[in-house]
This record gives sequence, structure tokens and C-alpha cells, in this order.
Amino acid sequence: MKKFDKNKVILGFAAPVLAIVAALVLTSIIIAATGKDPFHAFEVMVDYGSKSDSQVWIINKATPYYLSALAVAIGFRMNLFNIGVDGQYRIAAFFAAVVGGALTLPGIIQIPIIIIVAMLVGALWAGIAGLLKTTRGVSEVISTIMLNAIGASVIAYFLKDGRLAEKEGNLVHTPYLPDAAHFFEIPTTPKPIYGFVVVAALAGIAYWFVLGRTRFGFDLRTVGQSESAAHASGVSVKRMVITAMLLSGAMAGLVGMPTLLGVSYNYGTDFPTGIGFTGIAIALLGRNHPIGMVAGALLWGFLDRTSTQLEFEGYAQEVVGVMQGVIVLCVVIAYEIVRRYGLKMQQRKVGEELAAQARKSDKAEVSA
Amino acid sequence: MANHDIRLTVRRGTVHALCGENGAGKSTLMKILYGMQKPDEGTITLDGEQVTLHSPSDAIARGIGMVHQHFMLADNLTVLENVVLGAEKLHGIGGKARAKIKEISDAYGLGVRPDVLVEDLGVADRQRVEILKVLYRGARTLILDEPTAVLVPQEVDALFDNLRELKSEGLTVIFISHKLGEVLSVADDITVIRRGTTVGTAVPSETTPKQLAELMVGSELPSPETRESTVTDVEMLKVDGLHLSATDPDGVVRAVLDGISLTIHKGEVLGIAGVEGNGQAELVEAIMGMRDPDGGTITLDGADISHVATRKRRESGIGYVPEDRHRHGLLLEAPLWENRILGHVTEKPNSKRGVLDNKAARTDTERIVREYDVRTPGIEVTAASLSGGNQQKLIVGREMSHAPKLLIAAHPTRGVDVGAQAQIWDQIREARHEGLAVLLISADLDELIGLSDTLRVMFRGRLVADADPATITPEELGSAMTGAATGHLEHTEDGEETATGGEEAAEETAEENATDEAAGEGDEK
Repeated sequence: MKKFDKNKVILGFAAPVLAIVAALVLTSIIIAATGKDPFHAFEVMVDYGSKSDSQVWIINKATPYYLSALAVAIGFRMNLFNIGVDGQYRIAAFFAAVVGGALTLPGIIQIPIIIIVAMLVGALWAGIAGLLKTTRGVSEVISTIMLNAIGASVIAYFLKDGRLAEKEGNLVHTPYLPDAAHFFEIPTTPKPIYGFVVVAALAGIAYWFVLGRTRFGFDLRTVGQSESAAHASGVSVKRMVITAMLLSGAMAGLVGMPTLLGVSYNYGTDFPTGIGFTGIAIALLGRNHPIGMVAGALLWGFLDRTSTQLEFEGYAQEVVGVMQGVIVLCVVIAYEIVRRYGLKMQQRKVGEELAAQARKSDKAEVSA
Repeated sequence: MANHDIRLTVRRGTVHALCGENGAGKSTLMKILYGMQKPDEGTITLDGEQVTLHSPSDAIARGIGMVHQHFMLADNLTVLENVVLGAEKLHGIGGKARAKIKEISDAYGLGVRPDVLVEDLGVADRQRVEILKVLYRGARTLILDEPTAVLVPQEVDALFDNLRELKSEGLTVIFISHKLGEVLSVADDITVIRRGTTVGTAVPSETTPKQLAELMVGSELPSPETRESTVTDVEMLKVDGLHLSATDPDGVVRAVLDGISLTIHKGEVLGIAGVEGNGQAELVEAIMGMRDPDGGTITLDGADISHVATRKRRESGIGYVPEDRHRHGLLLEAPLWENRILGHVTEKPNSKRGVLDNKAARTDTERIVREYDVRTPGIEVTAASLSGGNQQKLIVGREMSHAPKLLIAAHPTRGVDVGAQAQIWDQIREARHEGLAVLLISADLDELIGLSDTLRVMFRGRLVADADPATITPEELGSAMTGAATGHLEHTEDGEETATGGEEAAEETAEENATDEAAGEGDEK
């Protein structure tokens, strides 16, 4: 029994380690191909990335990444490929910013309102895809990516001076949130850490508890593993698809909050985009595991941070982008290899143990 | 280890039966012979020449062909297209191929029509297409994996005629089965496998089914017979005028269940016989709430559950042993204890107030493993790594753990070894003794006759006949299954009811079947 668990742990770590080693080797080759010294590049990255201001930067960057990964992972756990987190968090942040900018309430009321609006809008946007899937059989991959485009257009329409936004120099953005709606910060030097990291941690815990420890989570995972078995066991698969999309969208709604409540205090044309897609990579990297995704989000933040420094040192800035891409590919491949190997090994082991048991009992008696 | 110290010698021009209970290692051995798996040690010698088979194409090149338990045919293509698929180089895809198919078909009496769509064929015809496919590729040695599992008795006889034909033309057939009667009637030589190793050989003419059975299981054979009746007059399940329509792939709406009425009392086992695909699966799914009937009522223990959700039905006491345990009964990649929760997540001991109680579920899984003799090294292994019989024991254990009022058992001992089969039968009998109502659906006529208190025959979505299990024979039941006989079946001494409607009936059996070891156990008593 013990042995199985040990193997499980080893196998659990084997995939990410294998992936990162493979990714390092491949990027080394690529850097070497550009005529630069790969080892110096890694040295620069580690050196620069571990500075204290880099650490703060990385954590702040990793917070929305992590939330985005959680949103994607909720879908993954039931075999839904929600690639629309990007559109969901943007449209959610936009409307949350509009509502927040229009209200002046005490922070303790206003901040929750903004967050709830964001979650609701995110959920609704994702829910459209869920509804299309259950009623019309539209693949969520298609509908969510289309909704990304639609979401971007909706924002572009409203984000105009005189509609829901105002002009400030070259930038167009929604009205500023009142000071009361600024989220708290954790004071660190030289720059503070966003207080939203606490919310992200809570969201991670909630994700772990709801999916791993509740009936609802069991039903959701059951659908992910086998729709037919879930159906036979009494889970309404359609309802579960919609619920999961709503939850995923609500989680996506949180993605824009660290930026909105901690940095920009408005939604402007410079609001960060693409975090939803980063979330897919991080969810894959972290195996949908709440802790694994923390590691993935931090790694991603680290790579982002060091890319500028690499450019400074004369390396092509794209090296980091290549590295990220290679890591994701390596991760997907490594997980599949390790998963298959693990299954095979387990089957073999079960067979061996049973054969050993059988031989023993064969000697003792002729058993049925 | 699935196989060790296997010794098997097959003479050319014979039918060699390989028998053993399920999980004994027959399929693994066949996979090795067909190049799908590599042996760790040992040698294979073909025509005096030692060979190494790396892949099925290697095996095919050496004249070894395999007819799988589950047919590998494309439904929307014709027989001709299916046969030439992947072997276009041999005789092209046109007239030459058609001529060749005709030639093979005539030579071995297969009666294959090249231009019919496979989806229009019955199970027996499909099987002949599979055989032809293998012969077309030049096979001189045919491996047939549990070929009779999906056939009714009359079709089995026809298959055996084909095999004899093949044999007389000098081909070699390796026939895998665990149905002793069949093995004895068709084989020239028999090799028995138990627990992954060959335990003996037998000559059919000098062997009785009993001796063979003892060789197979290493002990006495169980029999499914129930002794005294425990039927009460308390109605547990009442199905009245149930009607269900479904749209078939061509977009035609047709009734898959038509006016089904039946009553199961406490302590009664009601058996439903029928060729697969005649509505049994739909009936089960309607009772389970997985399909919503468009007419009729289902009453469980006095409560109308016609349109109640599946989970509610399970909570109110329906136990379900599904026909296809991989699709409906298990999460293959989840550990055993999570599989113990499956289907009963809202019930004790699996959860309390919406929160899973993993500890209690684990403890209870260990109890099931112990009490139901699930052979596994632990409860953390995935369900996929267990053999079919042990998976089934886990499912039966799980369903019986919630004190069901009604147990729906669809092919409960399919692909299950003889030891487990006896246990499952015992469980059903014991539960029935305690007042459980059982709906038993099985392709194993001996099992049906042995366990049931009442027998009904299902044909094209209707219950067309009923019979008394005390007097009826499998052959008589078989003819009603093909639609040749209806009403109340009486046992006739000569048993000369022939099944003229066999081909027709089989046409509706285009049900896919995804279990690994699908086979009705039909052991002699």
C-alpha cells in the first residue's frame, strides 16, 4: 500500500520536472542557435528574478494569473475547455469598473459590490456558452472563443468618450473608482503587494474544498471523467455543464480585480489582456491542482519579469516567449507520457500482486 | 503477470479450443499470438519456424488472423468496403476484390453478400464478415475470441458449421471460450488455462463437461439454480404500459419500448430474455430514470416514479448493476474508493450534509473489498487495473450496500469468472430471500432459467412471451427470442421449435458493446 503512494508522489513530480528539464534543454539549444550563451542567460534570469523588487512584481503578476488558472481549471475538471476566460474577465472588469465608478459608497460596501458585479458578469458571459452547449450542442471551444471577440467589441463600443468612458489625454477609460474603493495593500519595499493576493488564496482554498470535498465537486468530477457514468449515477449532465460554466465565469470575473482595485482604478484601453490564455497554460502546468497552479503562476510571473532584463543583456526578448511556449508543450506531452506509464505500471503491479496471492492460495487449497 | 509458463500446441487443420474462466489470461495469450503484446520470455513457433511478432501486421503477414470479441466494422460502409479497408493492395477495391470475396464466401459457406451495408446486418452476419475479412488477408490460422458470446443458440450452431468448413479446408482455428458445452461440441483439442498458466489439455471425446469444468476452476462448478420460491404478493415494482420512442440514426422515430407491463413482487426475480438490442437496455434506462418514457407509469413500492430524477430513484432504493460497467458503472481512472461513492454520493457513509466523508467511504470500500472478495492489492488502485470480475464484484457490493428494494441486474455475471459468478448468484439469492425484488436481464439463458422466478421474453421492444423457468429449455427460449414463438411458452418434449425468424431478429442488435470481456457464462450444470 505504502509503495503505491510513494510511486504516486514520484509520478506526480515526474511530469513537471521532466517538462521543465526538457524545456530548459530545448531553450538552451534555441539560445545557442541565436549565437548567445544559454547558461549566462539562465544566470541573469535567476539573479534578476530573485531580487526583492522582482519578487513583489512576480507575486503581483501571479495573482491574476492564478485566478485565471482557477477559472480554466474548473472547466478542465469536467472536461470543458473554457478558452473564453479572457473575454469573460475583460467584460466583467469593464462593467465592474463602470458600476464602481458610478457609485460612491463606503469601501466596505462598494468593494464587495464591484467584485460581485464582476463575478456576475463573468458568469453570465460564460453561461451563454454553457447554454449553447446544452441546448444546441455547440462546442464550448467555439462559442467561448467567439464570445471573446464579441466581448472585445462590446467593450470597444462602450469604451468611448460620452458613452461609458471619459477621455484623459490619449487614454480613454471609465471614470475612476472613488478612493474608498481601493483595495488594501500589503506594505513591502520598494513597492507594496496587492491585497487581492489574499482573495486569490481564498479562491484557491474554495476551489480545493468545493471540488475535492463536497458532493457537488464529486458530481462535477464524475461528469469530467465519464459522462455516461455520471448520467447513470444520477447527475444531470446538462445542468452540471451550465453550473460549471457559471462558476468558471464567476472565477474569471475575479481575474481583472487585482488590477482594477489595486492599480488602475479604472478600465481603460490599457487594461491588461490575454491573461485568460495565460491561465490555460498555468492550469495545464499546475495539473489543475490548487498548489500546482500557484507554482505555475509564479513561474510565469518570473519568466515575464526576467524577459525585460534579458533584452537588456542583449538577448532576444522573444526568448522568454519561446520558453513559455516550450514549457507548455513539454508539460502536456510529459503529463501524458507519465500518466500512461503510471497506468501501465499500476496494472502490472496489480497483476503481479494477484498472481503472488494466487500462487500462495493455490498451494494452501484449491480455491474457487 | 497475466501469463506465465504457457504451453500450447495447435495442430494444423483442427479447431483448438482454449478455455478458462474470465481473467484466466486467455485474452492476453491471444494478444501475444496476434502480436499486440510482447512476451517477456518464451517462444512462438509457427510451422516449425521460430517467429517474433512485433505487431498485428506481422501476425497477418504470417497468416495469423484474429476475430475480435467486439466487431471492428464501419457500420456505414458496405461489406465489400469493410473487407478491403486497409487491404486495398491485395485485390484492389473493385471487381477483383468482389470476386475474391465471393470466392472465399462460397468456399467456406459463409454466405456473405458484398454490397450490403454493414449496419443492415445482424450480429451473426457481422461475425461472418469479420471472419471473411481475416481470410481475405490470407490467414491460415484464425483466432476467434469468445465468438459465441453475442449469438443465440441457433446462430452458434451455424457458426460451428462454418468452423468445421474452415477446418476441412485445412485451416487452423483457435477458439476461445468458457462455455463448456460449445467447446466440447466443436473442438478437436482443448487446452485449459487457469490463473495465467496452462493447467491441462483434454480430448473432447474422452471428457465430460464436469471434468473440464473442474480443470477450469480447480473446483466444483456452481449452478445458478434457486431452490425454494420466496415470491411474496407485495408488489415492489410495477411497470404499466410503458412506451418510449427514440430516433434512430436515419432520423426515423420508432418505438423502442412498446406497451411494456410487468410486476415484480418482493422476493421475486423476474428474468428478461432477448437478443441484445431488442429494448432491454432502454427498459432498464427508463426504470433508472436515464430516459424519460413518453407513456405509461413506473411505480416503485407504491410511489409513482415515472418521471423522477435518477438520483431520487437511487436514493429511494433502486440498486443498479449496469450492462456496460465501463460506461455506466465505474470511473475507470479513479481509485476504488471513489468508485464506491459513485451513484451514492448523497447517501451514508459517503457524505454528510453535502460534504464528502472520504474516510468513511474508504473504510466502507475496504469492507466491500473484504466481504465481496474483490481481489485487489488496495483501494487506492484505479478501477481500470482490476479484472472484469473484480470490477463487477465491487459494483455488486456497492449496490447491495445501500439496502436496495429493487435491484436491476443487467448481465450481472457477464465477463465474470466462475468463482465470482457463484458469489454474485449467491448474493442475488440471499437478497431475494430477504425480500429484494430483482429485474434480471441476461444473455446467459442458463443463468436466466436458473435464477428467475418468472421469465419474460423481449422482442422488438415488446414483451412477447412468458415462460416457466422450471420447465423451459434454453432452446425453447431461444426460439422465442427470435420472434418465432409468442405467448405462453410450454415445454414440449421433442423441443423441435425452430427459429425461422433468426436473421430478422438479429438485425436489431446493432448495439455497441464496450465491455472488455463481454460474454454470457453458459456453464453446464
